Amino acid sequence: MSVSKEHILTVLVENKPGVLARVAGLFARRGFNIVSLAVAPTDNARFSRITVVVDVESAPLEQIVKQLDKLVNVVKITELAPGDAVEREMLLATVTAPPATRGEVVELVGVFEGRILSVGSQELTISLEGSPSKVDDFERLLRAYGIVALQRTGRVALPKLEGVATDATVDPPRP
Amino acid sequence: MKLDGGQALIKSLEMEGVETIFGLPGGAILPVYDPIIDSPIRHVLVRHEQGAGHMAEGYAHATGRPGVAMVTSGPGATNIVTPLADAYMDSVPMVVITGQVPTSALGTDAFQEADITGITMGITKHNFLVTEAQDIPRAIREAFHIATTGRPGPVLVDIPKDIVDPRNPRSAMDWYWPEKVDLPGYHPVTTGDPAMIRRAAELILASERPVIYAGGGILKARAAEALRELAERCDIHVVTTLMARGAFPDDHPLCLGMPGMHGNYTAVTSMQQSDLLIALGSRFDDRVTGKVDAFAPDAKIIHVDIDPAELGKVRRPDAGIAGDCRLVIEELIVAIDDLGGPEAQPDRTTWKSTISGWCETFPLTYEMSEPGELLKPQFVLETLRDNTPDDCIVASGVGQHQMWASQHWKFNHPYTWVNSGGLGTMGFAVPAAIGAKVGRPDRMVWAVDGDGCFQMTAQELVTAASERIPVKIAILNNAYLGMVRQWQEMFYEERYSEVYLSPDLPDYKMWAEAMGCVGMRVESPEDVLPAIQRANEIDDRPVVIDFRTDAREKVYPMVPSGLGNSEIVVDPTQGSGGR
Repeated sequence: MSVSKEHILTVLVENKPGVLARVAGLFARRGFNIVSLAVAPTDNARFSRITVVVDVESAPLEQIVKQLDKLVNVVKITELAPGDAVEREMLLATVTAPPATRGEVVELVGVFEGRILSVGSQELTISLEGSPSKVDDFERLLRAYGIVALQRTGRVALPKLEGVATDATVDPPRP
Repeated sequence: MKLDGGQALIKSLEMEGVETIFGLPGGAILPVYDPIIDSPIRHVLVRHEQGAGHMAEGYAHATGRPGVAMVTSGPGATNIVTPLADAYMDSVPMVVITGQVPTSALGTDAFQEADITGITMGITKHNFLVTEAQDIPRAIREAFHIATTGRPGPVLVDIPKDIVDPRNPRSAMDWYWPEKVDLPGYHPVTTGDPAMIRRAAELILASERPVIYAGGGILKARAAEALRELAERCDIHVVTTLMARGAFPDDHPLCLGMPGMHGNYTAVTSMQQSDLLIALGSRFDDRVTGKVDAFAPDAKIIHVDIDPAELGKVRRPDAGIAGDCRLVIEELIVAIDDLGGPEAQPDRTTWKSTISGWCETFPLTYEMSEPGELLKPQFVLETLRDNTPDDCIVASGVGQHQMWASQHWKFNHPYTWVNSGGLGTMGFAVPAAIGAKVGRPDRMVWAVDGDGCFQMTAQELVTAASERIPVKIAILNNAYLGMVRQWQEMFYEERYSEVYLSPDLPDYKMWAEAMGCVGMRVESPEDVLPAIQRANEIDDRPVVIDFRTDAREKVYPMVPSGLGNSEIVVDPTQGSGGR
């Protein structure tokens, strides 16, 4: 996965039925590729925010933004360059963790500052919130133990603030 | 004032100034048809919902006002999908009202339920599913606002039955009319960026071989006069795309006619060899550019379009200006004057004489038929052109007859050419002509149709006959799906697959008469003019003339699909095209 081709768009939309279908349909019919998608209401009940990560070269990105902007329910589009955004994603995973390896898994969760949500005799359900690359690393390490089920939320992002501690400094050092 | 939703819907259409609705009732839209009886709005009862949509388009093309169609749910709605797609591609302002099953039945696969807002999402500028009677005036107001502003386009409003049915308490509403629309995500641009306009003016003043590439946006922006002023002041030749025929008069010495796959040699080649294309309301459609990489390789590009997404979509402009064509052209003229005026332009004598050389060497041409042969379609069109008023409105279907009509007609006035460009919808001509005639009853309206097209929508002549809408139809009947036949002849080694239609099955004259029209058949050149003259005198019913034309005739020039425009093939009598 080439990071340079990924762009994050945060799209403020009117909170109306079918708006997600309009956005998703536009991507599909114009041949734009969605890497991840997250939708939720904003502090204003009239609007929702869609965070969409797209996989494109820069020229088609302009076309994506312009076509999105033509949707009547799309109010505002902000493009966040990968270096200029604070990104977060959440992962839920149930992993195989029999008594023999459970300690290792628990330790890994601790290093990544994840949480154990549910404990079974042979499995653990874990959550982790962090930058997408941290979540990627965590997922890769978990695979060694056997993943029973895994769900990621897709990324959400906001612009990085100037002169304030951000993503890079607040994140715990990666193992 | 207490109204029910159906009354509110019709009253809202009245408030929008709607004079005519093209439609066909059915179960879900039934309650809305009751208040129509008491409304001054004329309703034209079509025979198929596709006809309603194309009539609304024809009306909009001819008048510039939004066309309105109303149909029922399910099959009524899906039957109007093609006109919606057509209007979307050609930026035609249109509002379509569809009935829908009651809100309580939505999503249950109820009788005549179709998810029409879902189906038409990608082929409308916007659509609404209205779920409360109280929202109806606002939805109609917004629909007309969206359809007619910015880049025009079709808007669909889906109305569940319960909110318009007076027997249902959910249909009760307090009447209001919103003076303003509240669409936080909809802000069409109008005025262009002054710096970019100045840059465009500089490019024009530096250009030695400029060509104005005028598109349908000129007509949508009502910018024909502004275009003419720009062209005349700067003495720049103009090509008018299929969607822009009539936007610049064909009898003007600076007019080069239609470019593109079947454009004339001079229009295609002047663009190809220009050093500056001034694209005004055009979108670099593949039928104009041919192979994009080989299109106008030396040309810098000025691109003016009201839709910012068109700028750079196909070809990156050197000066891209998002804005209304008329306003931008007017500003451009001022900017040119500020930079020294047309006198500051380089000498273009050589370029102009090159262009007139092409015009002389490669005019549109065809050979007259020999005695006993079938009619030449071009001859029929030229006779029709020369024996109808200069402001006659011409509608066409899609195929060879459309290209010949666009090539051989002289469009000297805007809004006289009604056709399906982007979607290429066969069967467009008859209903579009009817819609145009309803919008412009003062004008003579001819449809030029092919026999294949005619069979797709001919039933609307019943509508025209019963509503006394006297349109005239010239069928260029070559007994083939002619354009497909041409491609099979040229590119599939004359292996004709499923293109033969028969010249007299159906019998077009009898069919016309059965539909309440005057029917005629013309087989020899000397009968062409008398038939046209007779048709022109009939003003109380539609007329259909079945012209028997030569199937061997092909549309030239032609840029074969996938090739660059320098590979243009001219009429065989003109040699290899001067390459």
